[in-house]
Amino acid sequence: MSQVASLSAVEVAYPGRGTVLGPFDLALTEGEIVALVGPSGCGKSTALRLLAGLEQPTAGTVTRTPERGQTAVVFQAPTLMPWADARTNVALPLELAGMAKVKARDQAQEALRAVGLENAIGSKPAQLSGGMAMRVSLARALVTRPRLLLLDEPFAALDEITRRNLADDIHRLWDQTRPAVVFVTHNVEEAAYMAQRVVVMSANPGKIAGQTTIDAPLPRPPGFRTSEVFRNAAEAVSHDLAKAMGQIQ
Amino acid sequence: MSRTLETLAPILLVAVLLGLWETACYLTGVPAYFLPAPSAVAAAMAQDWALLLASAWKTLSTALLALAFASLIACSLALIISTNRLLEKAVQPLAVALQVTPVVAIAPQVVIWAGLAHPDRAIISLAVIVAFFPIFSGALTGLKSTDPDLERLFDLYGATPWQRLLRLRIPSATPFVLEGHKVAGGLAVIGAVVAEFVAGSGGSQGLAWRILESSNRLQTAKTFAAVIVLSLMGALLHAVLQASEQAILRRFRGR
Ligand SMILES: Nc1ncnc2c1ncn2[C@@H]1O[C@H](COP(=O)(O)OP(=O)(O)OP(=O)(O)O)[C@@H](O)[C@H]1O
Ligand SMILES: [Mg+2]
Repeated sequence: MSQVASLSAVEVAYPGRGTVLGPFDLALTEGEIVALVGPSGCGKSTALRLLAGLEQPTAGTVTRTPERGQTAVVFQAPTLMPWADARTNVALPLELAGMAKVKARDQAQEALRAVGLENAIGSKPAQLSGGMAMRVSLARALVTRPRLLLLDEPFAALDEITRRNLADDIHRLWDQTRPAVVFVTHNVEEAAYMAQRVVVMSANPGKIAGQTTIDAPLPRPPGFRTSEVFRNAAEAVSHDLAKAMGQIQ
Repeated sequence: MSRTLETLAPILLVAVLLGLWETACYLTGVPAYFLPAPSAVAAAMAQDWALLLASAWKTLSTALLALAFASLIACSLALIISTNRLLEKAVQPLAVALQVTPVVAIAPQVVIWAGLAHPDRAIISLAVIVAFFPIFSGALTGLKSTDPDLERLFDLYGATPWQRLLRLRIPSATPFVLEGHKVAGGLAVIGAVVAEFVAGSGGSQGLAWRILESSNRLQTAKTFAAVIVLSLMGALLHAVLQASEQAILRRFRGR
């Protein structure tokens, strides 16, 4: 299994804020789903921006193998262009890369179908529900068939039912091309459900406080949420988090 | 029931006030040059309606032309300036200084520059100057008000500065630019009227001239008639601009 991206001994400091992250190490192998859990402000989004190449570390090295356009990011908010319909939003990465408009919109339509939104192609973001808008955002991330997919609390604004449906959708879509995925969340159960490996971070500065590997198939089999493996994994992550927050030794 | 009452309330208030005014004029016998009764104003309006309408159109068309010029200049300038931080910093104080200078203060000089034989040019220029700022600052604010995560997305996919401008910054600015035009429309009318006052010659046949002419002759009822036409025109323009802004925004956002 080859490495897609890695952070080695990276540190990030902001003027007037000091070091917010690091030293921090994280290596992503092909086809791996890693969840990043930690208290607010511990540097999860910062780590994601480093992996995306959107920001440079103050110290340490970032290695990235995906070429331009092979990295995709989904933010906490759907981050759609409000003036453009769903298809135009999804076609954006392709069109920015210079693909002809007709072809880009065809592929965008295909990506929207894959997330179950074939009927919302011409809808603008204001006409979509929160869950639908997030699906559009997901379709936009997947339309370029990325090798590295970075999700920054994509479910934060959604209700429990929608979150569960989207979690399974992400697994199903991931299974088609198997990109490396980093999934940031505040939710322990969600982390244990989504990922093969859950990295728990502590804050000030952001460091790794613990790791849990979950040995179960992806996409998750039906009934996984009530299984022993899931419960144990969630408990282990929960334990790491309590440690990271200084609640236990 | 309460809906109809709400629409009727302002009309009722105006009717009551007019009634009081009329009665007061009748009872006190105040001279018409000092305060004409509403009936006298209405009579003046009925008598001069063609002239008033022509004058109103003159002022309105001047304001609309000024709005178009201001829009063109302000949007282009905001576009150019938004591409360069240093340029923006350099221009800002100057823009603010010009904006807080009352149009009446510069009007006499502009009238001279435009040439005393061409009051129309001076009037248009002054209306353009006052209509310029709301559009300019709206466009500049809008061009910089893009969602930072969308900016990151454009970074991520390696957008060229040109793509970023056309596909992100200009669309993001649209609501601000529309709002700027709405404010600028009202200001253009005010600018045109102020400029007509300062130009102060019969060469401009706008509403301000009707006001000047009648008040110089102490035909106060005619003055009132012209003022009323002026405010009705302003209100109408505002309503039209407001409705177009909302219609465009609805289309823009899809609801
Ligand atoms: N551009 C910046 N300038 C200064 N400080 C910053 C900047 N970006 C982030 N920070 C700080 O760095 C720390 C880590 O931020 P980051 O957004 O990575 O945290 P996070 O773990 O994603 O938090 P959350 O769970 O609330 O999203 C925070 O304390 C934040 O205030
Ligand atoms: Mg964050």
